[in-house]
Amino acid sequence: MDKVKISRYLDAAFAITGLVFCFIGLGIITVLFVDLFIDGAPRLTLKFFTSFPSRFPEEAGILSAWVGSLLIIFITALAAIPIGIGAGIYLEEYLRGPQKIGGFSGVPVWFASFIEINIANLAGVPSIIYGLLALGIFVYILGFGESILTGGLTLALLILPVVIMATREAIRAIPQSIREASYACGATKWQTIRWHVLPYSMGGILTGIIIGLSRAIGETAPLITIGALTFVAFLPSSPISSEFPFISFKWLFDSFTVLPVQIFNWVSRPQKGFHMNAAAASIVLMLITLLMNGFAIYIRYRFRRKIRW
Amino acid sequence: MVDELKAEARNLNFYYGKNHVLKNINLPVARRKITALIGPSGCGKTTFLRCFNRMHDLYPGNRYEGEIILYPDKLNILSPEVDPIKVRMQISMVFQKPNPFPKSIYENVVYGLRIRGVNKKSYLDEIVEKSLRGAALWDEVKDRLHKPAYDLSGGQQQRLCIARALATNPRILLFDEPTSALDPIATAKIEELMVELKKEVTILIVTHNMQQAARVSDYTAFMYLGEIIEFGKTDKIFTNPSEKLTEDYITGRFG
Repeated sequence: MDKVKISRYLDAAFAITGLVFCFIGLGIITVLFVDLFIDGAPRLTLKFFTSFPSRFPEEAGILSAWVGSLLIIFITALAAIPIGIGAGIYLEEYLRGPQKIGGFSGVPVWFASFIEINIANLAGVPSIIYGLLALGIFVYILGFGESILTGGLTLALLILPVVIMATREAIRAIPQSIREASYACGATKWQTIRWHVLPYSMGGILTGIIIGLSRAIGETAPLITIGALTFVAFLPSSPISSEFPFISFKWLFDSFTVLPVQIFNWVSRPQKGFHMNAAAASIVLMLITLLMNGFAIYIRYRFRRKIRW
Repeated sequence: MVDELKAEARNLNFYYGKNHVLKNINLPVARRKITALIGPSGCGKTTFLRCFNRMHDLYPGNRYEGEIILYPDKLNILSPEVDPIKVRMQISMVFQKPNPFPKSIYENVVYGLRIRGVNKKSYLDEIVEKSLRGAALWDEVKDRLHKPAYDLSGGQQQRLCIARALATNPRILLFDEPTSALDPIATAKIEELMVELKKEVTILIVTHNMQQAARVSDYTAFMYLGEIIEFGKTDKIFTNPSEKLTEDYITGRFG
């Protein structure tokens, strides 16, 4: 056989191997999802969403869990978005700036590198470590208790590296010629960031935020560490009160549970009925995650279409 | 020189770190004339041009010595006491590759005004029309001012960048090889435009295209290895240069 023919066969062999691996991956996920669906689908009724947990599997629902997840993610987003974007901009435009756009960074070069390396490392820290950190800082030192506030802030810490990295990547994609054009018009650094860098990188930043949040919504370990409850038969207090000043922040300090913790709890029970509940709650959690990722893809697509270089 | 001066480089030296890039440069820039900088790649002409709007201040490790005096107020724009932003507000720049912002045509033109805090719509409208007419682009885009600038062709984008540079009513307009990314027709349009523009504004242009320098400029400076070898009226430089090096370059013997 001549050499070209052998190369051709190798080529085909590699393509087929790749395809097989691809199907193995997809296949496992499909089997998992179908299995979950068969187990959990009968429980996916409206009542499942509007009931609190119960001793009786047929009556148990995920009301406190999905409300808890929603509130936690709200706090997470509120804390992680401004801090993450701010840090990303600083690292990319001010700290790396001296190589790129000069001016004031506020710290010496060795310290800049120190910050950079540490942020990159944070992304690899196991989530339970964040739980322990939060237990020490938020629960004990700051005295926030085993509360929604603590949970939200913990997850915010967890996804902060993701948001920062996404922000930096998105900012790095902006051509230097655009910055020079802005400076040549007489703009300051902040004006350049506010009119160009931020708007043009928003697509990438939003994508990173949503991917971070969809990771946060599935986290269990750090929340158990800080004391998420597994049986919550009440909702947090209402943010609107009948008395002046009509807004209440008491809910921030209420205890909570979230979907993954609820699932974890149900799975560890011996009764078969609770396993069905766990499957149903897993379907809900998976759908939420899929929806968030789908939204991230949509945003990326929209912004890519709007901005061309 | 008989012409009134708009700017003048005096004993200008420039360093990238330890690299001595511009060596003792002296160059007068005549008011409302086109001065061209020519020379082989790497001779420092773009570096020199970017001294005029303090672009080098954006990057670390750069150092100027000497002066660039701006007339009539005799301001040394290289002085550390002068804020580079104030310099850039008076001296606009058009880059080698068209670099419009990914915004509408209108927003591209008014950007320089917006960052100066000008937001009055009627005034901005007026400036947009004036600048686009000045850049010979008005007739082509007047019906789609709010469409993305990126829908324009390369030549139109470059004229848009010229309009953006004109909008702030600069005293000097810097062109850094403005036609090197354009086809001959678009190039011809930009060249015509420059000749039109010099009635109002002083122009300094870097070009590696000698025909272009010969066609549009009034004065030409030939640079080589970071020095100005010869400076004079364009006619003279191209027909009867006094330096052997200049002659070799313009006759295509090197570069």
